[in-house]
Amino acid sequence: MGELRAKWKVNMYAWLLLLPSLIFLLLFTFYPVIQTFILSFHQADLGSPEPFFNGIDNYKQMVEDEVFWKVLTNNIWFAIGTVPTSVALALAMAMFANKALRGKSFIRTAYFYPTVVPMIAVANIWLFIYTPEYGALSHVMEWFGKGDMNWLGDQNNVMWAMIFMVIWKEAGYFMIFYLAGLQNISQELYESASMEGASSWTVFRRITFPLLMPTTMFVSIIAFTNSFKLVDHLVIMTKGGPDNASNLLLYYIYETAFSFWDQGMASALTIVMVVLLLLVAAFQFFGMDKKIHYN
Amino acid sequence: MLRKITTVGMYGLAVLWLFPLLWAVWTSFRPRELATSWSFSTDFTLDNFAKVWDAAPFDQYYINTFLIVTGILVAQMITATLAAYAFAKLQFWGKDVLFVLFLVQLMVPADILIFPNYNVLRDLSLLDTKIGIMLPYFASAFGVFLLRQTFKTIPHELEEAARMEGCSWFQILWRVYVPLAKPTYIAFGLVSVSYHWNNFMWPLIITNSVENRPLTVGLAIFAQSFETGAQWAEVSAATVMVIFPLLLAFLLFQRQFINSFIHSGVK
Repeated sequence: MGELRAKWKVNMYAWLLLLPSLIFLLLFTFYPVIQTFILSFHQADLGSPEPFFNGIDNYKQMVEDEVFWKVLTNNIWFAIGTVPTSVALALAMAMFANKALRGKSFIRTAYFYPTVVPMIAVANIWLFIYTPEYGALSHVMEWFGKGDMNWLGDQNNVMWAMIFMVIWKEAGYFMIFYLAGLQNISQELYESASMEGASSWTVFRRITFPLLMPTTMFVSIIAFTNSFKLVDHLVIMTKGGPDNASNLLLYYIYETAFSFWDQGMASALTIVMVVLLLLVAAFQFFGMDKKIHYN
Repeated sequence: MLRKITTVGMYGLAVLWLFPLLWAVWTSFRPRELATSWSFSTDFTLDNFAKVWDAAPFDQYYINTFLIVTGILVAQMITATLAAYAFAKLQFWGKDVLFVLFLVQLMVPADILIFPNYNVLRDLSLLDTKIGIMLPYFASAFGVFLLRQTFKTIPHELEEAARMEGCSWFQILWRVYVPLAKPTYIAFGLVSVSYHWNNFMWPLIITNSVENRPLTVGLAIFAQSFETGAQWAEVSAATVMVIFPLLLAFLLFQRQFINSFIHSGVK
């Protein structure tokens, strides 16, 4: 009997401890998702004073909406453009910052500082960098005798400009996780590798990279989530233009909800976003898990 | 040879990475009419900062941001500590399910739920309030997992010893676990502060008064009130002003910042 009581007590303690977090988690993650799921089957826009059930009309409309497909494709390209590059760069940065003989702290600071700069401030600075004629990039292009380019005004260039900027913003943040990961690799492994005369490439391929796999998985998930989350810059730089060439899913939700006030559609879009993120997370979690060597 | 090329390349990258900041700082001190020119001269001025300070209530924005960031941090520290202890040290009914529920928040963060959470805040009548900006972030799955990892490394013997001394459960948490996890708290605190200092979309949506607007939203409104490039110097000055406090803190505590991350065993 006493054992059962003790067990019950631990259960109660644990739930009480989790309660504060759980309340906010339910109120701002699970409840809103469920509400949104329901609202996504309703017509709820400026023309409908009371939302009414319209089945899968919003989803149907979404599938037929060219802008939706464009925005989704943009976001996928944005992820493909930013995630692998910034993660690879972060690894290179960490390995260098870990070993650099001179100016170690200067190097780390230079790589890392964009993380602590608000995206909205970044957008202001990079807007000036990308401005034709007067911008920094134009000046540099001039030195090389190249013609001027309108980076943000051209549909073909704007995505590249955004991808580059986001890599600049994020790589240093991911570097920190790799620095932490590098510290956890036992020095003995490297010593025995050097005794056997392994080349530095072999050491990287056989020791460093596999042992950093958990870090890579963690960082990739953050990077991927971020590629759907980072939209602040669009407000300042392009508003999703020209012709939606730089528009991303979350910004489209923002426009649909707060500019067009189409709540049913904004809900349907939000559901698509949530499903997408959960799918990729599940894929990364279960798919990559098997290949990882936990130390 | 290859090593040399890499070294030069990586230093080059550092310079490239620093360029946007240096350029913004440089421009913010330039006289207005020289802001867009690349000709070198020794003309520097503080006019831009004075103008910006007069043109928008940045002092109020600073206070708002400070209050929001502090409020979130304190709440997160409390909720995360309690939850992390439960996950790290207790066996209880429903643990796995709850763990997955927490994991979901990592995948679907509040930032993505701008529209649904707007509706929640409207129902709570908390639109355009500071507490409204803070509330969705009071629970942090990231913080919980980070602390759980640290608490797990703390040997159980310490807890038992404390219990022998007659410490209550709360005293154990407060005297044993919290002090030993200090580096993790610092790491998480720095991440949280820089994250919420920089947050923009959510406060943009739910605030519409000067009393509640944080720096980021204030900066965006200020920057967007200019249409042409003629005010670059002023926009740069405003941008530098907003960046400055956090950047300064980072430069001062750089070592702690990076080390605390490394030692907290973030993997």
